[in-house]
This record gives sequence, C-alpha cells and structure tokens, in this order.
Amino acid sequence: MSSHVDGNALAGPLSEVFHTDMTTAVCCCDGCGETTTLASEMVYGAHGLVVRCRSCDDVLITIVETPERVVLSFPGVSSVSVERGAPSA
Amino acid sequence: MAVFSRGFGGRVRESTPDLPPGQFLTEDFPVLSAGPTPEIDTAEWEFTIRTETGASHSWDWDAFRALPSELVATDIHCVTRWSKLGTSWRGVSLDTLFEEVESSYDYVMAHSYGGYTTNLPLEDLLDGKAWIAYEFDGEDLDPEHGGPARLLIPHLYFWKSAKWVNGLVMMKDDEPGFWEQNGYHTYGDPWQEQRYW
Ligand SMILES: [Zn+2]
Repeated sequence: MSSHVDGNALAGPLSEVFHTDMTTAVCCCDGCGETTTLASEMVYGAHGLVVRCRSCDDVLITIVETPERVVLSFPGVSSVSVERGAPSA
Repeated sequence: MAVFSRGFGGRVRESTPDLPPGQFLTEDFPVLSAGPTPEIDTAEWEFTIRTETGASHSWDWDAFRALPSELVATDIHCVTRWSKLGTSWRGVSLDTLFEEVESSYDYVMAHSYGGYTTNLPLEDLLDGKAWIAYEFDGEDLDPEHGGPARLLIPHLYFWKSAKWVNGLVMMKDDEPGFWEQNGYHTYGDPWQEQRYW
C-alpha cells in the first residue's frame, strides 16, 4: 500500500523550522492552482516526507531530516501564505 | 571510521559482516513510496534508453521478457537504515540492455512511471552490477515494490533502485534526481554511509 496521511503529519517536522503552525499555512499548487491549507494536502512517507497536491498529485514540498539539518524543497508551490499570529507579550 | 567499528554499530557488524555501518537487519520488506503506486499494464509498459544523438532503444514487455534473464541473490540496504540479506530476484542485466547502445556520456538519469528520477554513473549500471528486475522471491514483482519492473542496483542505497522504471537517459554531467535534489547523497554508497548531502 502506498498510503498517505494528511498534512497534519507535517506539524512536527515543520515546527522545527518555522515558529508558527504551518499546517494552517495556505499553499498554492504551481501545477493546477489548487489553493488550500497544508493540513489538507497528502503526505507520503518515503526516505523523507513528500507533500503532494490533493487535486493533481504534483509534488509540492519535500522534507528530508538528516542528523544535522532539515532540508526543505518547494518544487511545486507557487506561494505559501501564513497568518500572522498575535504579537507575543 | 575503523576506530569506531567496535562501538555500538560494530557489535552488530561483528556477528553480521554483511551489514553496512548504521544498518539494522529486517526480515520484512518495508514499502517506501514518494507517491501513489502507479497502475501499469504490461500491455502498455515500455522501457527506453535515450542517448545524446537522440537515438532511442525501446523494449515493450514481450521484447523485454524475451531477453536473457538472471537470477540475482543479493543483500539490499535502505537509507532509512534497514537491510535485508539474501534476497532473490530475477531480471535482465543492464549489460544486456546496453549491448547496442552507443554513448560517450558517463552518467544516467533513471525515470519512472509516476515521475520519480534518480541519477547514476553509467559504470555502476554495467559489469554485472545492475538489473531491471521483474521477479522477487520467484513471484511477479508486486506493484508496491515497483512492479512490473524496477531497477536493482544492490551496491547502492535502495532509493537508487528506482521502482516502476521506464527509461534511462544518458547525461554528460552528473545531475541530481528527485531525492538527490532534496537532501540525499548524489552517489549513495552504503559502505561509506553516503546518506545525505
Ligand atoms: Zn495541484
């Protein structure tokens, strides 16, 4: 089974890099224009994580966690928009 | 590195000399996929080698299966740290497929159904080191494991053994494939632990 999970699986690895909840970030697919939250995209776990567009299957993001770094690639994303949090006290 | 050979990983290796550093034995065959399993009908399957002249050498399923095949008993090593020893495959040697291919290029990009790519030096595909495999353990290769046919390059980490392979394109220079662009080593020798950039 090449099963996938939803984008909530990205919360952990992305929280190491971005200090905000990235699962609510809105991604626009470069291939088909689908615009939706990361939480609702498809995530495959292989040698790293592969985030695919829920509507056209294109690879949006890959995440490879090595012992020293987290390598993020955005081969299929035309924009990511992140809601600003309330300023911390 | 030899200094550490009697450390943590070293004890495993002393009892199992075939296990590269940092690897653990598994009896299972874990499925790792970067995407959905493509449904490939062998009636439509094709494998093509393209060179710098624009020449292409293609085999449909019947032509491919008519080529001499070899039984390959080998160990496989995944970069996610599992190794499986003594696996059994049947496939066509890349030496056979390259018999009539002429190219002055030294590198190859392997392409798969579903869009996956991985880069390889040509010399790692030749001299009995690589196959297009279509049987595992005496059975047709399961689609989850790359069937109907996948690359089998056991001396490199297993992400190089592209599932659902459908072609090789000769390259002048070594250009990175899918995982090699995104964090994984360009060559991937398990004995050197070439996992990441
Ligand atoms: Zn899309």
